[in-house]
Amino acid sequence: MSYALFFGDTPWLAALTGSQPVFDGIYPAIAGTLILIVCSSLIAIPLGVSCGIYLAEYAQGRLKSFFSSMVDLLSGMPSIVMGLFGFALILFLRRTLFCNANTSLLLSSACIALLILPYLIRTTQLALEGLPDSVRLVGPSLGFTRWQNILHVLLPASGTAVFSGIVLSIGRAAEDTAVIMLTGVVANAGIPRGLSDKFEALPFTIFYLTAEHRNAFELQKAFGSALILLILTGTLFSLSFYIQRRLKHYWKNGTDHA
Amino acid sequence: MIEKWIETFLLASALVCALCVMAVFGFLVYFSLPLFLDAGGLAGIFSCIWKPFMGRYGILSMAAGTFCLALPALFIAYPLAIGVSCFAHGLAPPGIAKPVLAIVYFMTSIPTVIYGFVSVFILVPLFRHSFDYGTGFCLMAAAITLAILIVPTIVIALEADLGRKSDEVGMAARSLGLTHAQELLWVLLPCSGRGLVIAAILGFGRAVGDTLVALMVAGNATVIPHSLLDSIRTLTAHIALVVATDSQDQAYYSIFAAGLLLFLIMAGLTAIIRYLGGWVSRERGGTGRAV
Repeated sequence: MSYALFFGDTPWLAALTGSQPVFDGIYPAIAGTLILIVCSSLIAIPLGVSCGIYLAEYAQGRLKSFFSSMVDLLSGMPSIVMGLFGFALILFLRRTLFCNANTSLLLSSACIALLILPYLIRTTQLALEGLPDSVRLVGPSLGFTRWQNILHVLLPASGTAVFSGIVLSIGRAAEDTAVIMLTGVVANAGIPRGLSDKFEALPFTIFYLTAEHRNAFELQKAFGSALILLILTGTLFSLSFYIQRRLKHYWKNGTDHA
Repeated sequence: MIEKWIETFLLASALVCALCVMAVFGFLVYFSLPLFLDAGGLAGIFSCIWKPFMGRYGILSMAAGTFCLALPALFIAYPLAIGVSCFAHGLAPPGIAKPVLAIVYFMTSIPTVIYGFVSVFILVPLFRHSFDYGTGFCLMAAAITLAILIVPTIVIALEADLGRKSDEVGMAARSLGLTHAQELLWVLLPCSGRGLVIAAILGFGRAVGDTLVALMVAGNATVIPHSLLDSIRTLTAHIALVVATDSQDQAYYSIFAAGLLLFLIMAGLTAIIRYLGGWVSRERGGTGRAV
């Protein structure tokens, strides 16, 4: 672990502000992974949480079992198939509307969002359905409507569980390699300037350098990237685990909640 | 009024998710359609010969590779996972079970690329030096790595099931004077036959769907393997490799066929699990049910 491992020959201040490009360090990969996480979360979290609320509180009968089988199907999909979907989407767009469509950060984010969607939906749904009746009936007893009950009682009560699901799926977004490999990650791109740019990412850097490292420094870069990725996903996981533990404790010991 | 709007909005988001799944399937079918319409295309795809420069694009050897990799991985991982679950569920000395389970849970957070990375630097040289055969990038190394990868998946599925069964019948078993080991062997495991099957399918599905380990460790030769030290290529790795190397148009159709095949395999496994009454997403979704 040294300074050059992260930023190469570029001064760190200039690298962080983006005024000078970084050539041989893993900083662009870290930045790429973080940007990817943020973009895919922006797409997936609103969609996943609202879909989870719908499944838990509104959907009934056959509609519910249809949606829930779709979610199961989605969560069983190998990530490479998601990547292939993104790739197919670009081929399709090229043939029809935009002939200069290309794989990019936006496409990767969308496909990663699709990948983490089932985890978000399920944790939200389970968190809401797992609430005890003592909490569930507070709203109606006060004359709340269905949505008021969800918004003011059920969501706050299950908020931490939902949050831990979100953290877990962010970790999943950070680690996945197969999807981005097919949808726009490259070995050398610098920091992306926009959503239509190619980008670098930590998992791909590890994969690429493992296969094609030419000297000791590149090998060191691979080890550095692996360590940082592991720390990132490990931290996210521990956070989520800790929240769930706290939550279990809370429901067991504090039944007179609400 | 606003109630109605909100319900519509939530329904719309659920529809978007369902549409996405169908879009994935639709695109895979749409792009592999030329193969099905063309009489020679289908036979060409379902053959064992992959020689892009001679116009032969068979993916059967990759499909064989997928199964030849996933089955040994399951054979290694499954007994291990049952052992871990039983250990954590009664056989462990007090104070050990929880840390063991915590470690297993933590294993799910380790990126697959890191399993591959470690394996390339540890297992592959080991195989290269201990056997006088090949480069070390082989079926066996990939199967072992994959087995480590799917152990937590199986353990978590089993754990949930054993826990529930133990709540139901554990008291009765203990009142009969059974020890923990007897209880596990004669009551809990026979009771959770369905859970055992579901856990195995979940592990198998994860092994089939994994790309990175196969891609990094298995060697990617397009032949049907004859020994555990042969190099193989799986469907998932095949897709990644062909997209990365920008081949001709016909080669692209073959990867969509491979994608479609993977989709159908996973859909089949999902259907079996749902039929058995399990939930696929519970595998990693965590302990959302708080009570």
